Amino acid sequence: MSEPAGSAPRATQAKVAAGLRRRYRSELLFQAYGIGAVSLGILFVVFLFYSIFSKGYTAFEQSFIKLDVVYAQDTLDPDNHRSPAELAQANYTAIARAALRERFPEVTERADLHKLYALLSEGADAELRRRVLADPGRIGRRESVWLLAGDKVDMLVKGNIDRKLPEADRALNDQQLAWFDRLQAQQRVQKRFNAGFFTQGDSRNPEQAGVRGAVMGSLFTLLVTLLLSFPIGVAAAVYLEEFARRTRFTDLIEVNINNLAAVPSIVFGLLGLAMFIQFFGLPRSAPVVGGLVLTLMTLPTIIITSRAALKAVPPSIREAAFGMGASRVQMVAHHVLPLAMPGMLTGAIIGMARALGESAPLLMIGMVAFIADVPHSLTDPATVLPVQVYLWASSPERAFVERTSGAIIVLLGFLLIMNGAAVYLRSRFERRW
Amino acid sequence: MQTSTVVLAILALTAIAYRLGRRRSVSVAGGRAGIRDLHSLPSYYGMLTALWCLLPALAVLALWHLLDQRLIVDSVLSHMPGSVAHLPEAQRSLVLNEVRNVVAGNVPLASAAPEVQAAAREWRRLDGLSHTAAGSVALCLGLAGAAYSWRRISPKLRARNSVERVVVAGLIVCSLIAILTTIGIVISVLFEALAFFRAVPITEFLFGTTWAPALALRADQVGSSGVFGAVPLFAGTLLISAIAMLVAVPVGLFSAIYLAEYADPRFRAVTKPFLEILAGIPTVVYGFFAALTVGPLLRQLGISVGLDVASESALSAGLVMGIMIIPFVSSLADDMITAVPQSLRDGAYALGATRSETIRKVVLPAALPGIVGGVLLAVSRAIGETMIVVMAAGLAAKLTANPFEAVTTVTVQIVNLLVGESEFDSPKTLSAFALGLVLFVATLLLNILALHIVRKYREQYE
Repeated sequence: MSEPAGSAPRATQAKVAAGLRRRYRSELLFQAYGIGAVSLGILFVVFLFYSIFSKGYTAFEQSFIKLDVVYAQDTLDPDNHRSPAELAQANYTAIARAALRERFPEVTERADLHKLYALLSEGADAELRRRVLADPGRIGRRESVWLLAGDKVDMLVKGNIDRKLPEADRALNDQQLAWFDRLQAQQRVQKRFNAGFFTQGDSRNPEQAGVRGAVMGSLFTLLVTLLLSFPIGVAAAVYLEEFARRTRFTDLIEVNINNLAAVPSIVFGLLGLAMFIQFFGLPRSAPVVGGLVLTLMTLPTIIITSRAALKAVPPSIREAAFGMGASRVQMVAHHVLPLAMPGMLTGAIIGMARALGESAPLLMIGMVAFIADVPHSLTDPATVLPVQVYLWASSPERAFVERTSGAIIVLLGFLLIMNGAAVYLRSRFERRW
Repeated sequence: MQTSTVVLAILALTAIAYRLGRRRSVSVAGGRAGIRDLHSLPSYYGMLTALWCLLPALAVLALWHLLDQRLIVDSVLSHMPGSVAHLPEAQRSLVLNEVRNVVAGNVPLASAAPEVQAAAREWRRLDGLSHTAAGSVALCLGLAGAAYSWRRISPKLRARNSVERVVVAGLIVCSLIAILTTIGIVISVLFEALAFFRAVPITEFLFGTTWAPALALRADQVGSSGVFGAVPLFAGTLLISAIAMLVAVPVGLFSAIYLAEYADPRFRAVTKPFLEILAGIPTVVYGFFAALTVGPLLRQLGISVGLDVASESALSAGLVMGIMIIPFVSSLADDMITAVPQSLRDGAYALGATRSETIRKVVLPAALPGIVGGVLLAVSRAIGETMIVVMAAGLAAKLTANPFEAVTTVTVQIVNLLVGESEFDSPKTLSAFALGLVLFVATLLLNILALHIVRKYREQYE
């Protein structure tokens, strides 16, 4: 073997070998970047859920104080009529406060009494009213009742008020803490399941605020959205996919659909405000307007997924239908649509899930007002779950933080159910041809 | 008559028309045995009759209710004392609003002024009259249509073709809604924006560096309600979007590369949906997370290293927005990377390249146009994102590049200017529409650019 012939490969080998360690190192580094990015993403998900659930799970429990209430005849029904209308109007706050005074007889100063009353919620009378209306025979008797505690007491029970803070920085003063400790020593303070969170509308008092109004508002809004966007979206997809020839006109429609899918949602809010409210004079804050705006917003998504579902139906089905003498409309209605329906429904559910989480356009059309009543129709003023989250998140009271997280958990629960349904539909009905 | 009752009555009539039309087609064919002589199946004759009943009636009803309010207003105005008709436009609409409130029952009748009471009574009377008239006209028309179509039924009538034409027309109308929506957006945003630019010159809006919509600087200022220089808003929007992209692009891109090229299929099957959870979380949740968790956290971190971080900082909003966009970037990049054919990788391996060299020198350049397009789409989402910045970025319109300070964005100002406002004539509220126009145009351009890049530079593989 002659020397010059072997020298070139050997020189290359040496060169490659010299660079090999560096190249392997950079290979490892590159993989490490990838693993780092994936773990960072997972970390973000975990951290997000942890921060919301750790703040929010306490919202499903509420503090109550047990008091011995006397249903005093002369406060509730001085004329002894026992008429439900009068009983519903009676002053139950007075008997709740009387029970507090009885428990702490040494408190007599007006200012102190005021602080004492703050231990109870302003909504504590609702439970007493419910009991008396259920059985007016309670009047004149004495009973131990668990009454709703005020939001600050609730925060103290849940450990969100630091006892070591100086009195001036604390939501409850020393005196109130002492009263609370006495109640707790007598086992008169308890956390119980917070049914009110699911059965009540919004309130300025955190301990009384519930998500019922927002859930109903979301339901009405989504109902309008679904009833409009699903049929319209499917019809548009069917036209573009099955009937239209490619012309400049259908190109224009397609460009529009693709662009609308990328328009920021707040612009749809501006459209709703200028068109539906200003021009057509529809009521502000109403679920029907919210539903219209969300319909326009979700339509592109539904059209795009419906077209994909139609495309997935093999042409042989269409040819077979034509071969049997079906017209184009019959072919679509009897054969293609039923086969594409599961895919379209999946797309519709995903679109509805997006609409359920949307809040920016609804702020524009006034669904952001404080509304305590639970809406009962499409035109009642209402708010929706994500906007309720926004409203509570901007409230200063500490107790609203857990309510906000609680509402987020409810919202995420609904989203989980909807996406789960979409996944189930897809796996159950999707056909591979 | 209530409109809903009228609609229900029309629907009932339609159902009856369907049955009658169907039955008649069978009877003109001479019983069940003669159906083969009919041009169409009997149900098509039924549908045709039903359509002849339904469509004219609904059309009349809709048109009537579109027009009657205006006529009622005119008539009520003419019945009011002469002074009202001569009031300037703005005051007249105030009076009308008063009357409208009484009519709607928001204000008790007895508490209103006597002339308002009279007008409200007149309004109610006309309203009732109009409803009754509309209902009866619609029902009569439905009956007449059904009768006409019923009489026309014969074996030769091409009922299926007519019904199918109506169906296709309906489909076309539905697909037109996309165009109408775009037109609606352009009209509603453009007109209000033009009204704004009449009060504030467009150059001042686009290039002014002070944004204070509620402040009058000089008494003689046009509109005299504030200064509208939107540059601080644009700067804030860009700053937050840039921070978001700094988070989202590396994390999204590298996780897409790792999951597509390195990870084993089982790991990928679990991790990919897990990361995509981030895409399904409502933006208001991110906003809450940014305002109550990330903001305070960054502030404390800042204090511990001696930096002054505002509790509402561009950094916290941008960071959280970046987290939101990660799955968007990663799923787009993933699609583009998996679309690169295996043969290219095999070629690189055959030349002795390591995996990372193959990815960096072969796969990424091939996938680049798609990735750049995806990143541009992500930028347009970041610019239009509202809730996170509303809750976490603040309202101070400062022209700064310091991510630790509070900045404001275009979307924050739109929300801030329009929530709770009902007057549409002040430059303050109109400016929100001008901002909306800028936002719409900017995102539109970004999307067109993204699509163009993808189309023009995409490699075509066999």
